[in-house]
Amino acid sequence: MCAVDWFRQDKAKYANLATAWVTPEPHRCVQCGICSFNCPMGIDVRRHVWRSEPVGDSQCLTCGECVKRCPRGLLRFEPITAAPSARPKTRAR
Amino acid sequence: MARRHILIGGGPGAIAAAEAIRGADDGAEIVLVGADPHGYYSRPGLAYYLTNEMPEERLFPFTPDDVLSLSLNTVTERAVGIDPAAHTVTLESGRQLAYDRLLIATGSRAISARVPGAELDGVVKLDGMDDARDIVRRSRKAKAAVVVGGGITALEIVEGLRARRVHVHYFMRKDRYWGNVLSEAESRIVQQRLLREGVEIHTFTELARILGKDGRVAAVETGDGTRIPCDLVAVAVGVRPQIELAQTAGLECARGVLVDQCLRSSDPDIFAAGDVAEVADPHTGHRVVEVLWSSAVAKGRVAGLNMAEEPAHVYEQGPPLNVTRLAGLYTTIIGTVGSGDDADLEGISRGDSQIWSELRGRAIVEAQRGDAHIRLALGKDTIVGAVVMGDQTISFPLQELIEGRVDVSGIVPALEAPEAPVVEVIDRLWGDWRAGRA
Repeated sequence: MCAVDWFRQDKAKYANLATAWVTPEPHRCVQCGICSFNCPMGIDVRRHVWRSEPVGDSQCLTCGECVKRCPRGLLRFEPITAAPSARPKTRAR
Repeated sequence: MARRHILIGGGPGAIAAAEAIRGADDGAEIVLVGADPHGYYSRPGLAYYLTNEMPEERLFPFTPDDVLSLSLNTVTERAVGIDPAAHTVTLESGRQLAYDRLLIATGSRAISARVPGAELDGVVKLDGMDDARDIVRRSRKAKAAVVVGGGITALEIVEGLRARRVHVHYFMRKDRYWGNVLSEAESRIVQQRLLREGVEIHTFTELARILGKDGRVAAVETGDGTRIPCDLVAVAVGVRPQIELAQTAGLECARGVLVDQCLRSSDPDIFAAGDVAEVADPHTGHRVVEVLWSSAVAKGRVAGLNMAEEPAHVYEQGPPLNVTRLAGLYTTIIGTVGSGDDADLEGISRGDSQIWSELRGRAIVEAQRGDAHIRLALGKDTIVGAVVMGDQTISFPLQELIEGRVDVSGIVPALEAPEAPVVEVIDRLWGDWRAGRA
């Protein structure tokens, strides 16, 4: 990775930190737990998905490991200020 | 007096029902009867345990505190009988448990191979935790394996074994993978990726018999008499809902336990959820069996609410959705996308919905856009199904457009044009639709 790419990635990370949280689409989740297993802060991301809640944990670094590792692509960054209607729909629970 | 609920099964349907009952009735007594000594774990997560991406102990979503917070009584024993008149469940030990309301969420079970040698040591399946452990244990010494079957489970085994450096021969009865759900191009993408992973694919190949030495698998013989030495034979030819308990109790059954929109069986105090519940699709009137985690959870929730209260909550059969990895490629399947039968499967497989293969004479748009392969099945005014492989950016919008039965007639010409910018057209419509809803 070149320095410019690194800078862009790092900038995106800090932008996420300030403005977004990890939001699940629970209907796609099969509770495999890869998200929780890969969280460097030990946050039980899977539990947030089960409860259809964004990862609002103050320990969350918004590093994106859970987003990247989820084999079903159901986690993504959403703006913290997004209205509930703008968040992914939940049907299963 | 507190109502007593017995939930037979330990998977997502039973757990979702338990949560719904507890949420609606603080004082209810809930007894979870399950034969699986491992309790509640992520069955789809076993695929990632096989590929060594996840340790086994992380597959359990519930902690002991979760069970405590739901005030569940758990009984790890097989239920062998139901007496609807007496309102009792008989356990394997002979013990009887009385119920006011009963949930049958017994799931489904893998269909065994019906070839000579199927009883040999080294013939494996992937139904649950014990099977996954068995495959992991055997893969430590195995040099070569033969996998027969189709759908998601066959690939889970193929990829798990490859990740553990076992040489894999994958047999397909016809020329392509999952022919009743995927298009030719999609099957080709999966097969090419498998070949790159070192999987030896044998098309138009049928397993005729399994040959043993000292009671263990030593080789297989194909339909044309070819012998292939191997240490393992994995069978993933489909699953069957476990309806024996319901049948012997006199409940109406077909492929599954027949239930109404409230998930209630032919007995008013007995409900069914998960793979075992066969429920009518209100849009087509067809009775549908699905072996999907999300459907199991949704059915369990509705059944639980109706058990706790008077049955008024309705299960709405939405377009079935699964997001999975096929040969390492993220793949979303929504709605109706294929047709016919798959020669490699006897009925339905895990992670599968019968609705996926009910496509009849629809217009198809198929395109490769960047890293995404997209296929849309178009109805009269709506998108009735979609498959997205690779980049999943467009899969959320498609999910919402299909579930919302959004009128797409205005964009059909743009979608059907040569080299159509499918992603951009869909994304624009989705954005407009969302803005209209806000």
